[in-house]
Amino acid sequence: MTRRPDRGLRLISDLSRREFLVTTIGAAVWLGYAGSGLATPGAPAPAGPFEPTIWYGIDAQGTVTVNVIRAEMGQHVGTALARILADELEADWSKVRVVTVDSDPKWGEMMTGGSWSVWQSFPVLSRAGAAGRMALIEEGARLLGVPAERCTARNGVVQADGKSIAYGDIVARGTLRRTFTSDELQAIPLKAPGERRLIGRDTLALDVPSKLDGTGRYGIDAVVEGMVYARPKVPPTRYGAMVVSIDDSAAQGVPGYLKSLALEDPSGTVPGWVMVYAESFVAASKAAELVKVEWTPGPAAKVAEADVQKRAADLIADPTGGSLLVDDPGVEQALAEAKHKIERTYTTATVMHVALEPVNALAFEKDGVFEIHTGNQWQTLILPVLAKALRRGQDTIVLRSYLLGGGFGRRLTGDYAVGAALAAKALGRPVKMVCTRPDDMRFDCPRSPSTQVVRIAWSDDGRVTAMNHQAASGWPTGVQSPAIMPKGVNGVPYDPFASSGADHWYSVGAQRVRVLRNDLAERTFLPGWLRSVGAGWTSWAVESAIDEAAHAVGVDPVQFRLRMLDGAGRNAGSAPSAVGGAHRQAAVLERLAEKIGWGRTTLPKDVGIGVATTFGQERAMPTWTACAARVRVDRASGRVTVEKLTLVVDAGTIIHPDGAQAQVEGAALWGMSMALREGTEFVNGQPKDTNLDTYAVLRMGDVPEMEIELVPSTEAPVGLGEPATTVVPPAIANAIFAATGARVRHTPIRPEAVLQALAQSA
Amino acid sequence: MTKFTLNGRTVSVQSPADAPLLWVIRDELRLTGTKFGCGIGFCGACTVHVEGRATRSCITPLVAVAGANVTTIEGLHPEGRHPLQEAWLELQVPQCGYCQPGQIMQAATLLKDYPDPSDRDIDAVMAGNVCRCMTYPRIRKAIKLASARMRGGEASDPPA
Repeated sequence: MTRRPDRGLRLISDLSRREFLVTTIGAAVWLGYAGSGLATPGAPAPAGPFEPTIWYGIDAQGTVTVNVIRAEMGQHVGTALARILADELEADWSKVRVVTVDSDPKWGEMMTGGSWSVWQSFPVLSRAGAAGRMALIEEGARLLGVPAERCTARNGVVQADGKSIAYGDIVARGTLRRTFTSDELQAIPLKAPGERRLIGRDTLALDVPSKLDGTGRYGIDAVVEGMVYARPKVPPTRYGAMVVSIDDSAAQGVPGYLKSLALEDPSGTVPGWVMVYAESFVAASKAAELVKVEWTPGPAAKVAEADVQKRAADLIADPTGGSLLVDDPGVEQALAEAKHKIERTYTTATVMHVALEPVNALAFEKDGVFEIHTGNQWQTLILPVLAKALRRGQDTIVLRSYLLGGGFGRRLTGDYAVGAALAAKALGRPVKMVCTRPDDMRFDCPRSPSTQVVRIAWSDDGRVTAMNHQAASGWPTGVQSPAIMPKGVNGVPYDPFASSGADHWYSVGAQRVRVLRNDLAERTFLPGWLRSVGAGWTSWAVESAIDEAAHAVGVDPVQFRLRMLDGAGRNAGSAPSAVGGAHRQAAVLERLAEKIGWGRTTLPKDVGIGVATTFGQERAMPTWTACAARVRVDRASGRVTVEKLTLVVDAGTIIHPDGAQAQVEGAALWGMSMALREGTEFVNGQPKDTNLDTYAVLRMGDVPEMEIELVPSTEAPVGLGEPATTVVPPAIANAIFAATGARVRHTPIRPEAVLQALAQSA
Repeated sequence: MTKFTLNGRTVSVQSPADAPLLWVIRDELRLTGTKFGCGIGFCGACTVHVEGRATRSCITPLVAVAGANVTTIEGLHPEGRHPLQEAWLELQVPQCGYCQPGQIMQAATLLKDYPDPSDRDIDAVMAGNVCRCMTYPRIRKAIKLASARMRGGEASDPPA
């Protein structure tokens, strides 16, 4: 058996192997890992040997300030991360505040995505909190004149034998200094789950109040003295467009219009962009409508969605090429010789991010530093690109952090910051670039359309003996960050973000997973990471195909899945984050079946329940997820109404239960939105839909009844931002089949497709 | 120069008469709680009150509000404690939060028109307000909670 090891991308420095420093600076104590900046490839060395990466500080009033490197885009991530730290620190939660930091090499990798934040930060912040607690207890003991062993810390106070001293008072003495070697740090005992006081309990998220009264500051709200506004004219193709001429004569009459400039971009990020500048955004926007630009379009100017999908199908039809995630011997033979088998093709359309805050950035140079004010999810990815674009060192560029008016993966790609920075450089003044919605959508890095072919074979007794899954799409990581792609078992690199999910936890006999990179997709648009990325389409294929096989075999779809979730061999699971393996996936599915009374309810005509189960995204950090969708199909119109979604999720330890619930709610409804509403198509190298008048998204009246259960667990915390997105589309398709016998194999599921499937099933 | 009343105070602005009210409020008056989402009145992020009615400020020319009373999220309640804002806090409605000022402003007129709104009323009136984080279930609950409190006392029929 050949298989890649369970590993995904690991974009965090291994801080636990560093020294941890507690030091008094001025009137506060600062705590952090030593010299973490060294962990960032290519980043300059820290200024001095003992410059710590300051993760948090405590002042003489006992206020704990936690520095958070993750973008706040609706996950209440600062609250969750601060509570991990504060729990081990035994801090007084009412005195904890969170600061979202600007980019700095000392933070190491700055990236917010992949549902990784809590999973990656938990060990680091737990130890940082515990080290602080230990240092405060030792110093508190000394000040109280009692042995440290007799002291306990609770709620920001060290106490022993009826005496106590508050953290702030210890800090105020100015004597607290402590270095933990990495061995000492590892030796600090972390609290047993039963001793946790903040983790697993609800609290009001720290970011919410400013989102209720208009005081929250998003990138689009950033201002600086003397700035002007700009709106881009986005060229007819993402790549290769050349500006032939700019005619701004009609714009000259717009009051406040300044000028229009073709941007010169050494980084190739915004080729063919023309920036229209004015004293106000209204003027810039109006002028941009009047400026006429002639371009020589790039080579993708005639490409249509169908061309991209045909290319995907051709790649799959060619047995050579691609990367193999799983390649058991005998797959082809087993499939060829099987008496019972199915082969099905599943497709998904191009999906747009449409984060409600259109992409924007404010850029200017000040005191030798190029400042870019914008909401962003992956500062470390875009900084070298900005350096190339601006022809200056990364150490003279800073990304200032703001709230994000929606991330969903759009702001992992920082291309918009390049447009704004070049606009400011070209004009020599501070420039605030704001895209209109059509600009934003034409310049989006959408979820690639995908084509997948799945073959499943089974024996006379209905046992699955072989499964071959082939998936072709554009690869976001292949284009944007190729160096971090792991290699498949055949040595060919693959994009885990376009592949994960296909390497599922079912025991299916001989298995092969082959992923192919759609070169035409990548020449037509920039593939982006969009909520759950590839698992959003691989799960669509896996969970639809498994359901089709169950019905073909004639076994109840839940039982059929449970039989294959046996935890055998490679599906046994392993520490640290996948303990229990397929057994935990089986457990959420069984709990779901119990919860909904699976097989024990009588449903009205044309109403059906479908189930699906996934492990979220990556095998190394599985979030065990199961979903039942109850739908009603209107046979006359083909319209599908989702009446209820029920989800059971095992994400290990839950830090902030209400926040976790909110993430599952949002992720599940994103899945539903992509199942039934969202999708566009490329026409002449451009997305057909460029605003919310024609691009349909889930709205209030579409929302079904929802029931979500988070399984109690003390296992390692994993991710919650995306997993629920992956299960909903196949659950809906399986429910449509259960209701009507009609099978749909493309998302979004349009009424016409349902009518067609109904006709075929009749 | 155009004059109107913004959150109870008279303002005079220089923006051209055809400038969308949204940008006058945001860029000239520097009140940024009102958000830009689609520019065509299809997402509701820019919702303000004009004479107490929910209005999409991105498609409302400045001249249309000359002499009128305009209220933004900053002026909905002097301490930011309108019953809707309190319900939104209590039920932790916002995720990214970008659409929420528009949602709250829209919900405020919903409750004026339908003090005890049914689910269908909420579906109909809130249909124009997009939330990409999909906080819709919590928005619905928060509207019902605020409605119950505004009608006096807790909900007789607690929000589902």
